[in-house]
Amino acid sequence: MSVIVNKDTKIIVQGLTGKTGTFHTEQALEYFGTKMVAGVHPKKGGTTWSSGLESSAELPIYTSVGEAKDATGADASVIYVPPAGAGAAIIEAIDAEIPFIVCITEGIPVMDMVKVKAKLEKSSSMLLGPNCPGILTPEECKIGIMPGSIFKKGSVGVVSRSGTLTYEAVYQTSQVGLGQTTAVGIGGDPVKGTEFIDVLEKFLADDETESIIMIGEIGGSAEEDAAQFLADEAKKGRSKPTVGFIAGRTAPPGRTMGHAGAIVSGGKGGAEDKIAAMEAAGIRVSPSPARLGVTLEELLKG
Amino acid sequence: MNIHEHQAKAVLKSFGAPVAEGVAIFSADDAAAAADQLPGPLWVVKSQIHAGGRGKGQFKELGPDAKGGVRLAFSKDEVISHAKEMLGNTLVTHQTGPDGKQVNRLYIEDGADIETELYCSLLVNRETGRVSFVVSTEGGMDIEAVAEETPEKIHTIDIDPETGVTPADAAKIADAFELSGTARDDMLSLAGILYKAFTEKDMALLEVNPLIVMKDGHMRVLDAKVSFDGNALFRHDDIMELRDETEEDAKEIEASKYDLAYVALDGNIGCMVNGAGLAMATMDIIKLYGAEPANFLDVGGGATKEKVTAAFKIITADENVKGILVNIFGGIMRCDIIAEGVVAAVKEVGLQVPLVVRLEGTNVQLGKDIINNSGLNVIAADDLDDAAQKIVAAVKGAE
Repeated sequence: MSVIVNKDTKIIVQGLTGKTGTFHTEQALEYFGTKMVAGVHPKKGGTTWSSGLESSAELPIYTSVGEAKDATGADASVIYVPPAGAGAAIIEAIDAEIPFIVCITEGIPVMDMVKVKAKLEKSSSMLLGPNCPGILTPEECKIGIMPGSIFKKGSVGVVSRSGTLTYEAVYQTSQVGLGQTTAVGIGGDPVKGTEFIDVLEKFLADDETESIIMIGEIGGSAEEDAAQFLADEAKKGRSKPTVGFIAGRTAPPGRTMGHAGAIVSGGKGGAEDKIAAMEAAGIRVSPSPARLGVTLEELLKG
Repeated sequence: MNIHEHQAKAVLKSFGAPVAEGVAIFSADDAAAAADQLPGPLWVVKSQIHAGGRGKGQFKELGPDAKGGVRLAFSKDEVISHAKEMLGNTLVTHQTGPDGKQVNRLYIEDGADIETELYCSLLVNRETGRVSFVVSTEGGMDIEAVAEETPEKIHTIDIDPETGVTPADAAKIADAFELSGTARDDMLSLAGILYKAFTEKDMALLEVNPLIVMKDGHMRVLDAKVSFDGNALFRHDDIMELRDETEEDAKEIEASKYDLAYVALDGNIGCMVNGAGLAMATMDIIKLYGAEPANFLDVGGGATKEKVTAAFKIITADENVKGILVNIFGGIMRCDIIAEGVVAAVKEVGLQVPLVVRLEGTNVQLGKDIINNSGLNVIAADDLDDAAQKIVAAVKGAE
């Protein structure tokens, strides 16, 4: 079973006609025929987007998300709109009642996300991101910018705040032969949609997910919350072998490390507290980002 | 982006917040004229640097018995003598690090009769995704110490973005401050003013410490520390003009021109990485193998060849750098673009130190081909572990 998305998920693209949207939509179409069904552009409705692929695939462009959803029956939207307009794009998708919204855009003003979050809480939509690499279920569906070539169908659920560290975890679990059920990048912004706990719950509920890799970083307390969640679930008899990693042990306090949310401030959000919380919850924390795969392999061998 | 106290007060004043009259000066020659513009009989001479703890700070050049970075003056002559002593000297506070910061401007302010000192800040609460007021009766103190020792004295009030500050929210804040009478009335309107300033100007932090009740019962913003969300500056040209580049690291200013996320550090291995998480993890693994990173640098997702070239130049311009590690796992970033940028930069600025390159992900083979066919002396690495070990060995071998 796959988590959140599968081979039948139909996806529209907000920001398809830009360079980034075009490149990654082509990559998605080439990835086991992910069902990309339409694009949205307020001024280019009625036109057609053509890929540069050999198959010369084409997608219809609609004026609004609502129109695209009505015409295609889409159940997901991926957003590549530049930061100034990305918050409004997410709100448009929420208003159109798209069940699953993925926002790749990095650099959205926090205040725009505060408005999005308020809107989201009153809706039934699920938002992944922003500032995230998206989600990929091997051999079925790729939404976002993860490189499909490193995936292998298998048994590990991967969830991470960092895009490139998601790729490390995926690559390494492929190398050791375990493969993945689904990889989810929740993104590096301080105010976002899906959190670790939302994804961990789905991994625990999914029969094919036999083990989990969870990658956090400095800033906030989402890792501590997630560790507490896993500890509480384990008491109810729901647990799966989990390997963790926290990026930013060497980051100086008070400085934002690239991700808007990656900052140790007021003595809070440091790596050591997160590592301690994860270890207390029974998570095997890897000291090196290069040893995620082998650490999980060792843990599974017992 | 941080701004100075006097700028923060001007921004807050434009929204209607009560602040003291004051004049910013850049030269001691202007101190007398500044003092003349204010009523007296009490003036406050305040160092303007982007760091807290100024009052308890020490001037490096003045010895341990000299007064700190915020001083009271009871006459015009005293304003002038303080200004002469403070301007151009280096103030060391618990936030500046041992090197301290040079004081290039002062804020001369009208003094206030303080009855009570309170603490009030606004920030985005990442747990709730809302703007929060963090308030305490323990004003004028280090709020981190208050949080540590008496957490029950800190109150957090979340604001619903769809309603803004409601009368009930404002009352909660006033209650937390234990205010009554004139001060309470002032606070009920000040809460809305601060929230409006915070949200309309896309602030990341608005800290008023202390917020005071004066002897006449009115409230005043006595100190103000404001920083802005860098991602929202594109819609605030007025705020951009307040940037003081003398407060920032030269390499970080250069990096920001190319929209690169760069933080200067103390080690000797320069890093160029894509993705903030991987960039942090690269620093961590360098340390794990016994060396220290010279910087954090995330070239970002949409990097061009020009951006990569600029990044490489910033790293090589740091004279502490004795080796460079390029670590790329391409997703949105394509390995061929990184490779082209690195090759172009090396051809332009030369390569005096060992360079280890590790490429994986989107267009990896294209990227490897570009590096291999460039004729450059590059040490190739297979994975992150391999890359970190190779650069640490190369740098230690050269020592």
